[in-house]
Amino acid sequence: MNNSKSLKEGEEMGKNKAPKNKERRRFLIQMAQNVAIATVGGLVWSAFVDEAKAAPLLLRPPGAKKEKDFISLCIKCGLCVEACPYDTLMLAKPGDNKPIGTPYFIPRDIPCYMCDDIPCVPPCPTGALDIDSVSEVKEGKRVFDITQMRMGVAIVDIKDCIAYWGIQCDACYRACPLLDKAIFMEYRQNERTGKHAKLLPVVDPDYCTGCGLCEHACVTEIAAIKVLPRDVALGKVGSHYVKGWQKSDERRLKGSKGIQTTVTPRSKKSAVESLNEGIDFE
Amino acid sequence: MNKIWKKYRFLILRRLTQIAIMFLYIAANVWGWKILEGNLSSSKVVDTIPLSDPYAVLQIFAAGSIVGANALIGAFIVTLFYMLIGGRAFCSWVCPVNMVTDLANFIRRKGGFDKVEKKWWASRNIRYWAMGLSFIISFLLGTAAFEIVSPVSMTHRGLVFGMGFGWAAILTIFLFDLFVLKNGWCGHICPLGGFYSLVGRFSLFRVKHNQPNCTLCMKCKEVCPEKEVLFMIGKKSLSVNMGECTLCGRCVEVCDDDALNFSIREFVKKERKK
Ligand code: SF4
Ligand code: SF4
Ligand code: SF4
Ligand code: SF4
Ligand code: SF4
Repeated sequence: MNNSKSLKEGEEMGKNKAPKNKERRRFLIQMAQNVAIATVGGLVWSAFVDEAKAAPLLLRPPGAKKEKDFISLCIKCGLCVEACPYDTLMLAKPGDNKPIGTPYFIPRDIPCYMCDDIPCVPPCPTGALDIDSVSEVKEGKRVFDITQMRMGVAIVDIKDCIAYWGIQCDACYRACPLLDKAIFMEYRQNERTGKHAKLLPVVDPDYCTGCGLCEHACVTEIAAIKVLPRDVALGKVGSHYVKGWQKSDERRLKGSKGIQTTVTPRSKKSAVESLNEGIDFE
Repeated sequence: MNKIWKKYRFLILRRLTQIAIMFLYIAANVWGWKILEGNLSSSKVVDTIPLSDPYAVLQIFAAGSIVGANALIGAFIVTLFYMLIGGRAFCSWVCPVNMVTDLANFIRRKGGFDKVEKKWWASRNIRYWAMGLSFIISFLLGTAAFEIVSPVSMTHRGLVFGMGFGWAAILTIFLFDLFVLKNGWCGHICPLGGFYSLVGRFSLFRVKHNQPNCTLCMKCKEVCPEKEVLFMIGKKSLSVNMGECTLCGRCVEVCDDDALNFSIREFVKKERKK
């Protein structure tokens, strides 16, 4: 364990003319001890790091890379936090139970106001916030477009949204910077009264940026519209469904060998024939 | 007054720099001052020059990510500075944890703790093992491993952006240094200190011992947080070349006999002659 000590004792041993291989053995044992301690320490450390970096439910700043890359890149400097004029962003503190030192925001407290000039993204020194994902270079000039960001997606809880009860409320709709795109109102007959319409907020994930202005504006005690990370909230169809009514999607079938069926003695006849076989119909 | 200045001049200057740096970071967050923004992991000076912690950037590399240009340039500037000039001065002139561990060491000295615990039971090389391990774990888990547990980052980030339970880490280090191991954290474990020891190994600024003046009072070894580096005291006129020297200057100011001073590193040839 201790080099200076071992050196000194080694010297003394030399003076006493102790056998050399004893010294060597001591050295090997010490080496083994070091490796063992490093391994144990490393395992405990890894377990802690592994535990501490997982946080699928956090909303990251505008332009943040995918969580895995973000966690690896963010150097925890807080430059994004300081750049935000609304104090939207925070760095996770020890004890917050979030990956320590990384920026996040809680829209119910302070949402992202979708600044046109996006002050929070360019200061990021590591590229954890990706400027290219929220801007384009047009004629040598960088043009920001905050509507490109996808921090999360708003989800409506249709049991607790009072508009779904039939009470008139469009607080979230009016709060949305992309109103009528990211969030629109759908008409439905109020079956309870029979003569009124319900105006229901519906979110379109194609446009929703996850800014959380809707969640911030929601009038219920706990917001009935909430922003969740897109990975958590959204599904994925997979490639085996095709929108046959869309030429572009239909094109995906080009070159496929058609539907492959397994051929068995029964499948020689049609399904109806096979099912009805042996039944006397008179 | 003059005597106090002479005895503590570097200590006072160091505390001033350490506090001023942290103050500027805090002012950037609270009042939006643009002098020094961010924290010691990465910052911006007067809104233009990037500075980054090169050890953190290396961990990010180990984790398999390529950092952006600003972090790269920042890490490069910092590395160059300590490599050529500053040595391990980060530890004694910048890092806020140094104030905590120095306090623990001060109480130890005044309380006579050192006399009770004379034996060294831990290697000063643990920090290099920890540094190696941090790269392996970063690689395996895809995130900068030391940055997640680092009490150093918890402290400077905590001071600027909110401490949370970070104070517990600071208290742990303080108690560990006070009761368990002398110079325990900074002198044995902290891989960031180890990193700067390696980077600053060949820097120009050095403390130099002038043996003929030495009266063997050993005050320097008593205050030095890395006293192995002072092996030449009373034996040979050499400059303190080991990277672990933090260039705190405590040895220089406690020496009443002008046997220790700051100097510029001598060229190899000259050293050989002696
Ligand atoms: S876009 Fe504006 S409000 Fe939103 S996080 Fe960035 S700086 Fe803050
Ligand atoms: S600016 Fe970038 S590196 Fe710094 S805390 Fe924000 S996301 Fe992380
Ligand atoms: S989070 Fe809400 S307010 Fe923001 S874009 Fe989406 S629907 Fe609109
Ligand atoms: S050894 Fe680590 S904690 Fe101590 S002063 Fe240096 S960087 Fe800071
Ligand atoms: S040798 Fe002197 S300057 Fe270097 S760490 Fe020790 S006391 Fe500080």
